[in-house]
Amino acid sequence: MALTPGALLKAAEQKWDEKFADAFEKVPLHLEVNGVAHSLMIEPRITLLDLLREHLDLTGTKKGCDRGQCGACTVHADGVRINSCLSLAVTNEGKKIATIEGLARGEELHPMQEAFIKHDGFQCGYCTSGQIMSAVALLREGRQDVREFMSGNICRCGAYSNIVKAIEDVKNNQV
Amino acid sequence: MNPFSYARPTETGTAIKTQAKESQAFFLAGGTNLIDLMKMGVVNPSTLIDINRLPLKGIEPHAGGLRLGALATNSEVADHPAVLKDYPLLSLAFNAGASPQLRNMATVGGNLMQRTRCSYFFDLTMPCNKREPGSGCGAIDGINRMHALFGASDKCIAVNPSDMSVALAALDATVRVRGGAGERAIPFHEFHRLPGDQPELDNTLRKGELITAVDLPPAVFTKNVYYLKVRDRTSYAFALVSVAAALDLDTAGRIRDVRLAMGGVAHKPWRLYKAEDFLKHKAATAENFRAAAAIAMEGAKAYRYNQFKLRLAPNTILEALTKAAGTNTPS
Repeated sequence: MALTPGALLKAAEQKWDEKFADAFEKVPLHLEVNGVAHSLMIEPRITLLDLLREHLDLTGTKKGCDRGQCGACTVHADGVRINSCLSLAVTNEGKKIATIEGLARGEELHPMQEAFIKHDGFQCGYCTSGQIMSAVALLREGRQDVREFMSGNICRCGAYSNIVKAIEDVKNNQV
Repeated sequence: MNPFSYARPTETGTAIKTQAKESQAFFLAGGTNLIDLMKMGVVNPSTLIDINRLPLKGIEPHAGGLRLGALATNSEVADHPAVLKDYPLLSLAFNAGASPQLRNMATVGGNLMQRTRCSYFFDLTMPCNKREPGSGCGAIDGINRMHALFGASDKCIAVNPSDMSVALAALDATVRVRGGAGERAIPFHEFHRLPGDQPELDNTLRKGELITAVDLPPAVFTKNVYYLKVRDRTSYAFALVSVAAALDLDTAGRIRDVRLAMGGVAHKPWRLYKAEDFLKHKAATAENFRAAAAIAMEGAKAYRYNQFKLRLAPNTILEALTKAAGTNTPS
């Protein structure tokens, strides 16, 4: 258990149990993830990435560097792609979050997911959910230069040529 | 990450008061730099003041120029029609920085507050006068290939990593701040500071002051501009050297006005005033550009591992000016 100095002092003064004081460390959070509303009490230092993976069991979003350098944790917040590892969950109050789990419609994959399979746009697969979430946003933003605007997603296996092929395929077949 | 208290004010006055009364209270905007520094233990705030609910997001015409709200994101500014049309240099600089995801989070105000990427600043096992005043500088006799050529001190040779700030320096922007004593406007060249004896101070912001906006003066450099960033890889890396070049050419191809600023070479965006003065009212030729680049390099001091920047920097100035002028690669 980790308490802020303020809460620790207050607990000592009031002779509270640490566990009781811990409750005062938590703040309410309301957000929607893949269309499902959540009301939670969480510590302010929990990142959006850890909230998704550790609290909501949505482990499709990956933790690579945890420092905003690799893009494996890419999700959409109100339709905008972000690095969930550098976003505190509490700062997403009231937002709609979309993760890789919310992309398919039942058994029907998103065209970008289909394209990654068709072009073999991965090797080990660890970066793939971040790549796909980033690529979906790239098309929504109307970017033309795929390589430049995918630069925030690193693939250590080096599957870039097929990743770019997959994205170009979906981009060129958009209505 | 160490625990901290969290506040989410909706009024600017409340945010300022909260920050002023606690020594380790930090404003949180996009978080792309601060959360990273907190994870590394470089910065340990007692309180985070989440300012994202403050009404500081707008991008609006102001006094013949454009006002960028401190909470406008890097991508919102880079993609804004008025910026693309009147301040294309700023769009180019933004898009040369970070990644699309980070640009969607990072704000104008936060970008101004971005700390150095000096590896000794991030490494808690190494001395760093910026992180821990008086502990020494690991970079001066260390691996310093990313470090300064200009304006460094024997206390610190770190560089400012921002691309946005290089363009804003070239455009003569103004930083608007608000504190307990009211508002004030800081000319851009006075916002960031050189390390001197106090490298722990990146800028001239006072305790309790919050950046509210950045004002751009009326547009002059709408056409012949270029931002050239030289990096260890094609994209998504900090600059070894970057150059913002803006030319205002008359119909005969002579230079009416010019702005030049360099990134990756100093503790602040490095404006090349002498080179600008040399180029004014001269023809936009490779010969003049080359002479201006030589003038810009006067007083440069390299360290053991960044000697290469002494050649890279003037070549980058030459190439940026050439691209801005729209002429072919210099012979």
